[in-house]
Amino acid sequence: MMIRGSSWGDRLEAAAAWLLAFLWAAPLLYALWAAFHPMDFVSRFDLLGPITLDNFRSAWKVAPFARYFVNTFLLVTMTLAGQLLLCTMAAYAFARFEFPGKETAFILVLVQIMIMPDVLIVKNYQTTSTLGLVDTIPGIGLPYMASAFGIFLLRQAFKQVPKELEEAARVEGASWLSVLLRVYIPLARPTYLAYGLVSVSYHWNNFLWPVVITNSNDTRPLTVGLSIFGAPESGVNFSVISAGTILAVSPLLIAFLLFQRQFVQSFMRSGIK
Amino acid sequence: MKLDRRTARLVYGWLWLLPAAVLMAAFTHYPIVGGLVSSFFSTPRQGRLSRFVGLDNYAAMIADPVFWQVLRNNFLYAMGTIPVSVCLALLMAMWVNRKFRGRAVVRTAYFTPTILPMIAVANIWLFFYTPQIGLLDKICSFFGIPGHSWLGDPSTALACMVVLAIWKDAGFFMIFYLAALQGISPEFEEAALIEGAGRWYFFRRVTLPLLMPTTLFVMVNATINSFKLVDHIFILTKGGPDNASSLLLYYIYEVAFGFWDTAYASTLTVVLLVILGALAITQFKYIEKRVHYQ
Repeated sequence: MMIRGSSWGDRLEAAAAWLLAFLWAAPLLYALWAAFHPMDFVSRFDLLGPITLDNFRSAWKVAPFARYFVNTFLLVTMTLAGQLLLCTMAAYAFARFEFPGKETAFILVLVQIMIMPDVLIVKNYQTTSTLGLVDTIPGIGLPYMASAFGIFLLRQAFKQVPKELEEAARVEGASWLSVLLRVYIPLARPTYLAYGLVSVSYHWNNFLWPVVITNSNDTRPLTVGLSIFGAPESGVNFSVISAGTILAVSPLLIAFLLFQRQFVQSFMRSGIK
Repeated sequence: MKLDRRTARLVYGWLWLLPAAVLMAAFTHYPIVGGLVSSFFSTPRQGRLSRFVGLDNYAAMIADPVFWQVLRNNFLYAMGTIPVSVCLALLMAMWVNRKFRGRAVVRTAYFTPTILPMIAVANIWLFFYTPQIGLLDKICSFFGIPGHSWLGDPSTALACMVVLAIWKDAGFFMIFYLAALQGISPEFEEAALIEGAGRWYFFRRVTLPLLMPTTLFVMVNATINSFKLVDHIFILTKGGPDNASSLLLYYIYEVAFGFWDTAYASTLTVVLLVILGALAITQFKYIEKRVHYQ
């Protein structure tokens, strides 16, 4: 018995879904079009128009993209490394140790989930300046390293590890550190992957704090470089801006298209706390 | 012996926590408390030390028309962005949750804006909004509508940013709806269809109520986003013309790093923190509720 076949209504809905998808993809597709065509073709959609890499060459020449890439790469890896270390340790403490002030400490951690360092730029600038870290890559990453979100996710993961596994290891005389390394971390691998993806995409794309704390091309990450490059004052035409923009987003975008499922699941996990 | 182990565990607990606690105190708790304290002091200038001024900064804030304007803008921006992006997100999720040709491509298209940095997105959209040569004006001229300086006109600048934000966020919120929809047992729908309920009726009476926790979660997050994500303003308008498109956090940035009035910037930050705190309490209540559901 067919309750509902492929009716007109279904087809209409699929068409609407496709139309919206086209609208949603259009800006990026348009940037790709502009990046690979000479400026005259920016609003002339001639499929036979000449394809060129000149825009990428000029973009590469106008702004120190290679340097920006290195900076972003350093920033993202340094921040993630710091986060993984600090959050693992803190999450372990919350999941498996009893100590006075634990409840209060955990509530204080939760404060950061609601009030992220992104909005505390005024005081954090002063602190970073006191530490002498203005215009350095560690200075960009430091406020994010003790990540409440990371601690929260890992604590959840560690709490799901059966206590018997830990006790078995302890009976064999394993230290707390080796219990963490041999039991907890391996079992929390999916959480680490999810957190890592979210953290990398976040810091690859982050802008406000980096623009506050950097003031030279030696430290500026891609987003900040891109904002200078794309500003109307730079006098670069749209084709070249598109090329630069495509350059800057392509590593993350390609990674996303290749590992879409992992990305979407990680983002989902990050929201459903 | 037993006590020793307990003490060891106690000290150990704090030791594991210490590095994260120090950094978090320095970059989250100190700035919250320190910012509050700074809001009662004057900004140190030209060798003059900062001094206690009581509520002067707050009085200045209340008398500052720009403050009220950015607050109003932020409110309009949130009201313009959230309902549309949440409805679109739900629609996208409903569509992508059904089987049709090219579903995976459609889902990718919806989600992709989420992964792009706001700065890159703004660079692209800036060109759409450019007068005369921009894509929007080209389309308008095709329909015989005269060109318009979309970002240069105070009455349209904020709307331009609302459209961009909807495009950027809808796909992100979609995934939460999608997860929730996949959690609804298909038996519900089968039963309803056998009973002769229409799809619209089923959506209104069953799906929508079941999605309520997700909707609340998404709404709170969308509101938080509208207060903490201001990157696109740097590219599109720099808050102009005449602060018509400035938002609270962007204004804080301008006051702190453009005018170097850190005391006033701290005062404005306190307002932002109060707003975020209120949202946090809303969300916390929601989490509590969800625990009851389970």
